[in-house]
Amino acid sequence: MLPEFDLLKPSVLEEALEMLSVGEKAQPIAGGTNLIVDMRSGKLRPPVLVDIGGLHELCCIREKAGVLSIGGAVTIAELVDDPMIERHAPILRQMARSFANTLIRNRATIGGNLVNAAPCCDTAPALLILDAEVELQSATDTRRIPLADFLVGAFETARAANEILTCVRVPIPPPSARTAFEKMGLRKISCMAKVDVAVRVDVDDSESVTNARVAVGAASAVALRVPEAEAALVGGSLTAESAVPASQGLTGEQRLGKGIEKAVRLVGEAVEPRPGSEYKRQVVRGIARRLLSSLLRRDLRANGSQEDPSQGRSPSGFREGGAS
Amino acid sequence: MSSRTVALIVNGKRHEVTLASNTTLLTALRDLGYTDVKNGCEIGECGACAVFLNGEAVNSCMVLAHQADGAEIVTNAGLGTMQDPHPIQEAFADAGAIQCGFCTPGMVISTKALLDRNPNPTEAEIREALSGNLCRCTGYGQIIAGVRLAAERLLQSASSPASSLAEGSSASEAGREADRDDRLLAVDDETDEGDRS
Repeated sequence: MLPEFDLLKPSVLEEALEMLSVGEKAQPIAGGTNLIVDMRSGKLRPPVLVDIGGLHELCCIREKAGVLSIGGAVTIAELVDDPMIERHAPILRQMARSFANTLIRNRATIGGNLVNAAPCCDTAPALLILDAEVELQSATDTRRIPLADFLVGAFETARAANEILTCVRVPIPPPSARTAFEKMGLRKISCMAKVDVAVRVDVDDSESVTNARVAVGAASAVALRVPEAEAALVGGSLTAESAVPASQGLTGEQRLGKGIEKAVRLVGEAVEPRPGSEYKRQVVRGIARRLLSSLLRRDLRANGSQEDPSQGRSPSGFREGGAS
Repeated sequence: MSSRTVALIVNGKRHEVTLASNTTLLTALRDLGYTDVKNGCEIGECGACAVFLNGEAVNSCMVLAHQADGAEIVTNAGLGTMQDPHPIQEAFADAGAIQCGFCTPGMVISTKALLDRNPNPTEAEIREALSGNLCRCTGYGQIIAGVRLAAERLLQSASSPASSLAEGSSASEAGREADRDDRLLAVDDETDEGDRS
């Protein structure tokens, strides 16, 4: 039995924002896949719920001026199916396909997943490497903040009680960007993440890495980027004849090989020390190495470089394969 | 707490009921007599309560009845009857994809959601599509076989609309026809009014 509450059903966003602006008691509900579980367990007892799931203002995916804007109440299933997502941000589709199962994906929303801010929330790492920002709207104000600033801690965000996460804004990556995502849980599918890793490298015409993003989820209180690992990847080159001048006696190709190993080590350090974290550290490193290899290393191998086997030990039981 | 009238169109039949706001769609459906929708975990883990809500397969335990106001809902029993079972229900019975039957209505819903989009799924795709539905009796093997059988029959009937499903089924399957009705009883269980609703 769920605790008692009043349910308000606004028909437009403006009405919903008004309902939330009366005191701090009202809470938005969309898919309810987290909220209803937390209410049933007694963890949450909101006296008033405002149903924002069906508000048409929150249900669109649009592309304008190089930015994908994904409404807060867009479901995870829609991320799987939407052709614009597939074209401009395929990593979101990949993430969405690893998210719970169809029955949940048909209800759970991107906004709800971010606002709930579970450490293992799958949407965050994928969105972090896309430099996403969230738009928060109240009855009187609209603000946009980077996702990294929105996620404050475990189950804690920068959202004020009277605000709705109206949309997630994703700058469309350039065609040179390559992305990959992998999730590891207790089952292959339909599970919560033990670890999420998302990586992105932008490779220019001369095959040099100009920009990199690495994000890890479920390894700390909040999903986060690992800027030191990103920096280690930039400047490496996929070709032997690099346009990037050799520094410290290394070619661009050698720098990339070293950069990947350094990034892999640093990503592991992002795992928060807790019981079991040594295992997660190994897993994160194994996944990061595999993802970065799938994006970069194949070209390297074609040029005759070899991975140092002593550095490449992955925890046993990992499935081998590419990033997709 | 607010109570309001909710309109639910279930398996084509319109109901108007006054419900407290904390009533889930699962409870509302069972109280209306749609007891083929099972109450398993009530936290979205087991899929026994799965229904189609405006065409999308969802866990009805995680939907507030008021959120479904005006929606069209299809339950397992809405897909077929004892006299005229849906090919998926028939294939589940023929493949022995049922033991206690409690998970079956949800399995059938997830199977239909899969086959509507992907008429010829691989085993991996079937396993993924059913990953939100838990069965505590079987090892899932016969359920996967049931989905495959349903897919084969639906593809066959789609490619040759003139031949009926009965004509399309093989001789070895014909021998199983006799106990099919018994098995379907487990799918369309009307006898559990006393359980956890």
